[in-house]
Order: sequence, then structure tokens, then C-alpha cells
Amino acid sequence: MSFLSIRNLSVQLKGGQRLLRSVSLDVQPGEVRGLVGESGAGKSMIGKAILGTLPQAVEVVSGEIWLDGVDLLTLPPRPRRRRIGALAALIPQDPLTALNPSRRVGPQITGRLIDILGWKRPEAEARARELLAEVQIDVVERVLRCYPHELSGGMRQRILIASAFAAEPKLIIADEPTTALDVTVQKQILRLIAGMQAHHNTALLFVTHDLGVVSKVCQTLTVLYGGLVVEEATVRGFFNAPQHAYSRALLAATPKYTDPDASLLPVPDAVVQALEAQVAAADRAWHG
Amino acid sequence: MAELYTVSDLHLSLPDMTRKPLLGAAPRLEILKGLSFTIPSGEILGIVGGSGSGKSTLGRALIRLLEPTAGSISFAGLDITHLPESRLRPLRCRFQMIFQDPMSSLNPRQQVAQIIAGPLGVQGLDHSPARIADALDQVGLPRSFAQRYPHELSGGQRQRIGIARAIALKPEFILADEIVSGLDVSSQAQILNLLAGLVKDLGMTLAFISHDLSVIRRLCTRVLVLQHGRIVENAATEQVFNYPQAEYTRELLGSIPLPDPDQAWL
Repeated sequence: MSFLSIRNLSVQLKGGQRLLRSVSLDVQPGEVRGLVGESGAGKSMIGKAILGTLPQAVEVVSGEIWLDGVDLLTLPPRPRRRRIGALAALIPQDPLTALNPSRRVGPQITGRLIDILGWKRPEAEARARELLAEVQIDVVERVLRCYPHELSGGMRQRILIASAFAAEPKLIIADEPTTALDVTVQKQILRLIAGMQAHHNTALLFVTHDLGVVSKVCQTLTVLYGGLVVEEATVRGFFNAPQHAYSRALLAATPKYTDPDASLLPVPDAVVQALEAQVAAADRAWHG
Repeated sequence: MAELYTVSDLHLSLPDMTRKPLLGAAPRLEILKGLSFTIPSGEILGIVGGSGSGKSTLGRALIRLLEPTAGSISFAGLDITHLPESRLRPLRCRFQMIFQDPMSSLNPRQQVAQIIAGPLGVQGLDHSPARIADALDQVGLPRSFAQRYPHELSGGQRQRIGIARAIALKPEFILADEIVSGLDVSSQAQILNLLAGLVKDLGMTLAFISHDLSVIRRLCTRVLVLQHGRIVENAATEQVFNYPQAEYTRELLGSIPLPDPDQAWL
């Protein structure tokens, strides 16, 4: 059985529109799966549903989220949080808002180990040093005593990667982890995430809108539109022969610096209309 | 081709408020360290560089939102380096800006018609509904959008309003600062195609600031690569992409992930 298995998950604004429309997807142990789509496609929402961090105004209406053989949605809140905390972690998009500006970096890495997993302080601190070395920070002692604002964007993202891997999670959800970074720093950070993922054999759900990044980091991908799964494929299969018209349109809209003459084609209206019809049909079946 | 902008030995420093002592002046932080280049009229100049390289500061100095510390900027033969605001005001309709984040650069309390009419009114130009309708036509939005508020529009549509507001003044020069970095690929393709068409039709000169070299290659005729406030490369687009001279340019090019699983990258 898959390590993470989402079955027919529907999520809606309380009393309103559905944001995820019966989404099913699987992630095997050690697999890196990309979640791609335009804004509003629901890609971040899937990550939030797994981690139980959906916004207040959003609720899960139906479906199952199996994590390591247990359906998270059937567990009471406390055991559910424990289970998620022990098995999964998040690498967020914006490292500045994810770190507490008024606390030093060190306690922010060890905090989770001590509070949630019940580690002793000395072993948590030793682990933090080990991890910072692993994310290629050479001035470990100094960085542990820094406040987040004293560090560059790339450094902050390294800290968050280190703290995501701290408790040896089996699944990491990376939500646009490099969107806020420079291209040269993005490359370093992606290399780091890929290296850590392979070393720890962690399953990774990689949320991004950048097909270039997907082709480098992921093995499989799921394309979403309007909370519907449009295409599921291996990375090689997708880039060599995309099946869905929407996938082909997304690829045609992505600029490539090696190909100066390629004209950039927006997603054609016909494709968008077909997708909207699919969304409407899914909603009729749902309410029907 | 006449030069629209001639920039020579441009320096710009700003007070570093994080190091300001309790009493006395803050130390100056040098952002631009002696830039010299020209922008011929009709050109689309791409300005690239990492964060903190000074690309936005350079853009803002070109349209004199910031005053240079040393060096000179001449616009259409006129030295604008240290002109006071009162003398810049009549020139402002000749150089305009499109901003990165269309949500925060459009007044949420104004309808699209008022947003586009704003600068026209300030400059004492025609800001009749017909003129607004014209501007909306040019950016490919329906005229009925004049009565909408920014929150009723999608990201791509908002960015079109930003473009409409800038081109309504019929400027000779437009500065576009990271205008597609917040958009989805499909909207990005639409905006780039629109901008390329407008520049050609209206004969404008454009400076396009971006960190995305794929976008630069698609749009620009010439590229300026900045690193730490200095120009490391200034050449025709084809030249930069096919025969990059500076080490930093090669590093930038090598950092772009192409949507192709066969490219060895990581």
C-alpha cells in the first residue's frame, strides 16, 4: 500500500464552493511527486489538508487521507496531530513568515523535537547542529544564535529544510519552497532538498507552478485545475508526451531561454472552457 | 537610432537605516557603483541580476523616483540627474512605470476608470470616458471593465490595467519592474505578447526588469546584467545567450531549470 493515499478528497469553503473536487492521489515511500497547476487549482490546499492546517473557513467534506496505513480523518484531533507530527513535515514558501522573528533560530529547530516528540534538550541540540551541517551551513554555532532577520533568504530556507528533516519524517510537503528565492540560490536549495530526500529516502510532495523545477526534482506529477486532477504521469512521460490538452497548453506557455523563436501561447480559451465544463459536471454529479 | 537615455558613471547611495546610530546620520550604503550605458529609442532593454544587485534601484533612478548621488542621466537630450520635482512633473508623462504587484499598485477604492484617469488628470490631458475606453481596448479588456474595482479582476487582468494606466499617457519610455513574476504561465504569456505588440505599435522604448532569463530572451533586444551594483555584461540578447562573456552571466544561465527531464542540471 502507498505511504500516502488520498481517496476522493473534497474540501469546501464552509457552506460554499468546493475547492478540491474528489481528488485521489498516491505517494509511495521515497517517491517525489510534483503537484502543479495555476493559482486557484488547489495544489497548496492538498498539502494543508494532509497536515491538518486548512484555514478556518475551509472544511473537509468527504474522502480519506491514509498516512502509513491509518485514515487521518477518522482519528480524534489529538492523536491525529501526534501522528502527523511524527510522520510528516512542511517546507513552507516564505521562510521569513514561517520563522518567529522574536526568537533565535536554534530554539525554533529544537522546539518541535522537544515539545512534540519529547526529546531531551541536549540530544535535540546535538541533532540541530548535525542538521545545520547537513544543509551546508558552516558557521553552525553562530547561526543557531541568530535571529531570522540577520540571515539571508537562502540561509533561512536552509534552516527550514533542516527543521523539516529534524524528526526524520517519512513525508515532506514542500509548498513552493524556492519561489521567493533568486535563481542561483534556487538551484542550491533544490540540490539540497533533492540530496536530503535521497539520503533519508523521504517521500516528497512538491507543490510548484514551475514546470522547469518539476522536471528536475520530481519522478511523478499530478496536474490540477480547479480542484480536479487533470493528469497523472511520470515526469518523463509528461514532458515527452503530455496526454491532456491542458498539460500541452501549460508546456506551450512556459518560456525556454534556449529556444528564442518559440512563441509563447497562452492556454487557449477552448481548453479552459472544456475544463470549466468538466468542473461543472463534477459539481452536478456531487450535488446530484 | 537616437539615444533616448544616456547614463554615465551613475552612482547612487541610500542611508543604511539598520546601522543608524541613535544620534547623527546613518552611514551610506552604496547601491549603484558607476554605471554607464545608453538606451537607444525603440529598444527593449532587459535588466537582470540577483536580488540586491541594484536592478530596481537603477530603474527608479531612470525615471527619477530616486535622485542619483553622482554621475548623470540624460533623457532625450535633457539632463534630468538633479532636476527638482517641479521641473520633473511636466516630464513625467514621457516616462512611466508598470509595477510588480498589481494588487498593491492599484487603489482598491477606485474603479478602473478612475485609476486610468488619475495620471491623465494630473498631467492636464484628456481623461474623458472615450479616452479610458481607448486605453482598455489597447490592452484587450472589455470597455465594461471601467466600472469594476481591482478586487473583481484576476491577476492578469489587473496587470493589464497597470499597463493601460501607463500607456494612456503615450509615454516615450516605460519601466516594467518584474511585472510578470506574480503571474501564472498562461497570464504571463498573454502579458508578454501584449507588451511586445504595444511597444512595436506605439514605438515606445521599454526597460524590462526581471530575474527570469527565459522571459528576457523572449522579449528583449538587449540585455544588461547587473551584479552588486555594477554592470557585468551589456550586449545584444543573442550575444548574451549564445556567447555569455561574464562568469556571472554563465552562472545565471546555468541556474535556469528548463522544462526538460533530460537536461542534466542538479
